[in-house]
Amino acid sequence: MCLIPENLKYTATHEWVEELEDGRVKIGLTDYAQKELSDIVYVNLPEVEDEFEAGSEMADVESVKAVSTIYCPVSGKVAEINEELYDAPEKVNEAPYEAWLVILEDVSMTDGLLDNYEYAKVIEEEKD
Amino acid sequence: MDQKTPLYDEHVALGGRIVSFAGWLLPVQYEGVISEHMAVREKCGLFDVSHMGEFILSGEKCTENLNHLLTNDYTVMADGQARYSPMCNERGGVVDDLIVYKKDDSHFFIVVNAANKDKDLAWMQEHLLDGAVLEDVSDSYAQLALQGPFAEEILRKIADPADIPEKYYSACFDRNVKGMQCIISRTGYTGEDGFEIYLSHEDAVNMWRLLLETGSGYGLVPCGLGARDTLRLEAAMPLYGHEMDDDVSPRETGLGIFVKMKKPGFIGKEALEEKGVPTVKRVGLKVTGRGIVREHCDVYQGDRKVGHTTSGTFLPYLKAAYAMAIVDKECLENGGQLAAEVRGKKVEVEVTPLPFYKRAQ
Repeated sequence: MCLIPENLKYTATHEWVEELEDGRVKIGLTDYAQKELSDIVYVNLPEVEDEFEAGSEMADVESVKAVSTIYCPVSGKVAEINEELYDAPEKVNEAPYEAWLVILEDVSMTDGLLDNYEYAKVIEEEKD
Repeated sequence: MDQKTPLYDEHVALGGRIVSFAGWLLPVQYEGVISEHMAVREKCGLFDVSHMGEFILSGEKCTENLNHLLTNDYTVMADGQARYSPMCNERGGVVDDLIVYKKDDSHFFIVVNAANKDKDLAWMQEHLLDGAVLEDVSDSYAQLALQGPFAEEILRKIADPADIPEKYYSACFDRNVKGMQCIISRTGYTGEDGFEIYLSHEDAVNMWRLLLETGSGYGLVPCGLGARDTLRLEAAMPLYGHEMDDDVSPRETGLGIFVKMKKPGFIGKEALEEKGVPTVKRVGLKVTGRGIVREHCDVYQGDRKVGHTTSGTFLPYLKAAYAMAIVDKECLENGGQLAAEVRGKKVEVEVTPLPFYKRAQ
């Protein structure tokens, strides 16, 4: 079973988005995605102040067998990166909803984000 | 259409993640590549390698044929011994690399890569000399690999000690383990002690279950292709299609020790003589910058391209990213500081001795 917390928003490319009280957003990789990738051994993050459009390539997550691209779910500017993941990328496997990748500011949200029910459907379809 | 090994249903039942590999459906992992890799280094792992191809060479002139087809020397070999060799084309490139087991003077058992089986069979048939017959027996054999420090103890629980080969790179033919006919060889592709067991498709499931059950108290786990690849890379064992191919000579990829240039004629010898001492070398690279370096990355010294990587990933036992590369020897004289280009970015790497991992004897 994959955890899909109801307080988060999701993308069909398996990123989660948490809207913080100060208007910034936290972005990470879903439980389903970390299970699919398994054994994450390196996370390649953008730099602070990098700007991204929604849907653009923002980071890479590497497992032993493959590299996967992380797409920026919303438009915005990188305010913080989770540098802890450089030394401990396995935290994305251990606690995917705690091991955030970046915090974005100057965010413009998009309508395309999914709620937990919609995201669960995406996973079901992918499994079929 | 991909083929299924006789263990396909076992893999699915054990939660194996099935992928298509060299025309076969096989598990890339069960629990995870890292945990399976560590099990083999510290305890034991069991692999289904039934996709590998098997040939039998028989006749009065087997040795002459092997010495003609392969670059290694098969003249002096005891019954039961195994010997690795590249097989070259006329240009000195590698058709495949394989292991030859001697049953007796007129019977040899040859194990080849699954992806190359048909190519090998055609090549060998075409170049066979008189006095020997080559037969593809791949459909008659399943193969299990039991690998890791506890492999011998686990095997001893089910097999007669006399049926367990003592020496690395030797095999016991025509043995019977709990009613199952098999060949047991002390070989592997992980850098650990271990065994490869060849047996009929009909017995494969029973042997697989028996080994898993017998080994459960020793920490034996089923392992997939993912761990097989990381284990062989950590032990710096070459993989066909990565460290060598039809255009790379064995001497260029660090396999010169298996090329006996003093041996009378063998296929590829003239081309290898003409090429002379190679100007490139297979080296180990430790990633000192950030990231993972995989195969097909260009390697630079300053702005000059000096080679390319052939394999690379994060190595679970060493807990760092490493790669193997074929580089100009010249660049090694200027210190070992190189960079590999990964998706447009240069990542610092440092030349490091091979193998990356060697087990304590």
